[in-house]
Amino acid sequence: MATINSKIPEGPLAEKWSNYKAHQKLVNPANKRKLDIIVVGSGLAGASAAATLGDLGFKVKCFCIQDSPRRAHSIAAQGGINAAKNYQNDGDSVYRLFYDTIKGGDYRSREANVYRLAEVSNNIIDQCVAQGVPFAREYGGTLANRSFGGAQVSRTFYARGQTGQQLLLGAYSALSYQVHQGNVELFTRCEMLDLVLIKDENGQERARGIIYRDLVTGEIKRCSAHAVVIGTGGYGNTYFLSTNAMACNGSAAMQCYRKGAWFANPAFAQIHPTCIPVHGDKQSKLTLMSESLRNDGRIWVPKKLEDAKKLQAGTLNPNDIPDEDRDFYLERRYPAFGNLVPRDVASRAAKERCDKGFGVNNTGLAVFLDFKYAIQRLGKQVVADKYGNLFDMYKEITDVDPYENPMMIFPAIHYTMGGIWVDYELETSIPGLFAIGECNFSDHGANRLGASALMQGLADGYFVLPYTIQNYLADQIQVPRFSTDRPEFDAAEKAVKDKIARIMGIGGKRSVDSIHKELGHIMWEYVGMGRTEESLKTALKKLDELEKVYWQDLRVPGIPTTLNVELEKALRLLDFIEIGKLMAYDGLNREESCGGHFREEHQTPEGEALRHDEQFSYVACWEYKGEGKEPELLKEPLNYEYIKVQTRNYKN
Amino acid sequence: MDKNISFTLKVWRQRGPKEKGGFVSYQMKDIPTDTSFLEMLDILNEDLINKGEEPIVFDHDCREGICGMCSLYVNGHPHGPATGATTCQLYMRRFKDGDTITVEPWRSAGFPIIRDLMVDRSAYDKIMQAGGYVSINTGGVPDANSTPISKEKADLAMDAASCIGCGACVAACKNGSAMLFVSAKVSQLALLPQGKVEAARRAKAMLSKMDELGFGNCTNTRACEAECPKCVSISNIARLNREFIKAKLKD
Repeated sequence: MATINSKIPEGPLAEKWSNYKAHQKLVNPANKRKLDIIVVGSGLAGASAAATLGDLGFKVKCFCIQDSPRRAHSIAAQGGINAAKNYQNDGDSVYRLFYDTIKGGDYRSREANVYRLAEVSNNIIDQCVAQGVPFAREYGGTLANRSFGGAQVSRTFYARGQTGQQLLLGAYSALSYQVHQGNVELFTRCEMLDLVLIKDENGQERARGIIYRDLVTGEIKRCSAHAVVIGTGGYGNTYFLSTNAMACNGSAAMQCYRKGAWFANPAFAQIHPTCIPVHGDKQSKLTLMSESLRNDGRIWVPKKLEDAKKLQAGTLNPNDIPDEDRDFYLERRYPAFGNLVPRDVASRAAKERCDKGFGVNNTGLAVFLDFKYAIQRLGKQVVADKYGNLFDMYKEITDVDPYENPMMIFPAIHYTMGGIWVDYELETSIPGLFAIGECNFSDHGANRLGASALMQGLADGYFVLPYTIQNYLADQIQVPRFSTDRPEFDAAEKAVKDKIARIMGIGGKRSVDSIHKELGHIMWEYVGMGRTEESLKTALKKLDELEKVYWQDLRVPGIPTTLNVELEKALRLLDFIEIGKLMAYDGLNREESCGGHFREEHQTPEGEALRHDEQFSYVACWEYKGEGKEPELLKEPLNYEYIKVQTRNYKN
Repeated sequence: MDKNISFTLKVWRQRGPKEKGGFVSYQMKDIPTDTSFLEMLDILNEDLINKGEEPIVFDHDCREGICGMCSLYVNGHPHGPATGATTCQLYMRRFKDGDTITVEPWRSAGFPIIRDLMVDRSAYDKIMQAGGYVSINTGGVPDANSTPISKEKADLAMDAASCIGCGACVAACKNGSAMLFVSAKVSQLALLPQGKVEAARRAKAMLSKMDELGFGNCTNTRACEAECPKCVSISNIARLNREFIKAKLKD
């Protein structure tokens, strides 16, 4: 069995990153020009990494599936980005951001990584301001901040409700500058379809290139490099309905997994509590309502079951339910944090009420988020100034005016904490392959705090990978550029073409979406917010059956050698089914509840998540063992030297 | 609230950039009005696939109005009849039973058709690469609060920066001009001290790239502003022109 070396540097926590940088190997400017790096993905992590590596002097090739790097789904992040600037003088510090992140992640992330993340968070804000990112400001001209769930300080920087957009456009502008400088070459509408490994003179396999498909022409092409970086986001679309964009997928990660990269903590998926509920079977995605709404909105369901029944039947107006008959269940259960408890806690509490029959819409799967009280307290204008764009979006989608009626919300899949395992250097278990952003198993443990995804993506891309990758590349300066005519590329390309031919040849009757929807139902039902040993075993059985349906009954119209959107989706769906299985295996193994992973057998008498630290304080790394075989579990123990591991408490 | 409508959909279909395209009519039956416009196209595509035909190709991704990937000329308007919204934010309750709905791609020399309703907007990336940035490297920048910026300037910069790069302004313009797009980026950066340093040079570089790529010029018809899904103001074009004149005077 492989042993796991997470390469955490020596020394006290606060000095590890400085020590690392002081002693790591570097590549001199003349040699940088001789080294090629492939970056797959152009979101916050990919674009910031590609731009920074380009500006250091490496030759970068950046791939994205959209028509422009600016479309990556980082763009849709609404609320903000955390940093430990303490501009508000409210007691924030690097240590506190580190502590909140570890606690928010339910003590399932690596101390050294999270401390480094908190350290570089401040550099990110400086960098973005220098790029011209128009963060919100106070009248005095300084930067403004707001609060987010799971924190007691105001450390979130924001640009209206479009922070992700502005940060991505900042990274995209830096990337565009490097394209102009000739250091980065863009490959848009190109999708990675496999990773290519080449053995070095010692027989060690290293990541040396990719096979990709030009999505416009359908051509299968090759690209070689000295190192490969993937920053391709999360796998939330395994559930079909999620807050992810339609094209978000986990395929690049799965290609790496099948080539030997470990997949860590796949079961840790974040379910965001405030999304617009599902309205029908034709729905294509779920829309998030920003967490910032929980600053002023109060979440409730009726106290009386008969009121809930009437709401479900549409015979009662929620405004006619008097306050004393409303159950503000988050305020009731968690007095200290109230409506601002972390996402996993808020989502589970909503599910608990709906499971008991208190849901408020026709499907019984919704709770109210009510602004009546905020409007009474602050006036309609103040509420409109703060949340106007979100209210408009809600009204456009649901045809209900949230100024007059409470919003209806329900949890939905939003973010995946699990992903490709990386060490302290962000290198995967394959030498020369690095993973950044949501795509890696990341710094968020079992649950991510709001406004921390943007922080992590940009930390990895601007300030961590550009250092750590040099420690690897310094040993590669003697390695000449690779020809893509090598047999390793031939073999990888052939495998890709064979797979495509097999899919095109199925000749069944069902569309990709119809099977993907079925996958989503299985995942939500059996690997969703509440999981049991039985449900996870059922999921594995059903996923095997679904895979058979795929290979027997899928229909992909058209031909593969031209633009073919259905083929793109079919390739991604196959990987989603495999990810679903990995999630179920991981969920079965982790017989405890922590963060986004709730095993119903493991809860306190009050219904809170019950961790088992003695048994499960580790990162679960899954190693691919071949098609149709069960993956093998490897464990990276998590040692907490600097903080005391406790039960998360948001009650008092 | 919930009801179903039936209507005729006239969709532009074109196999490739150089092939001849034409409208194809589809009868849509019992579409719930709480379906989004793109979900309605999903329903049609599902039908087409089930019949063994090729689905209609159109660009889309986030489906929440921010990525700028979706396009479509719906009944003569870029992003359809709603104001301040992208096509993906358009819902079928905007339409009536018995309507005929016409769907076309962006039509502009700067955006060649790839297939059906999908167009090539890579020209926007090229314009950005010509100067849509502050020429700095990563690291070595001052503390974020070292330069105060008035709230007013920051808000104006944010208004300009809300452009999603969808191309509706070009599609709406009878000259096929990309001035609103270019001016939004030039304004955003010229308004902020960090971008002010090279504002004139940036304006000149981006405009000359825009001309080179075959986009037309601005004749102040204001169609771009009226159709912009993010309501980006043409006052940005005035700001762009000021920066451009500054650059010219230096020449």
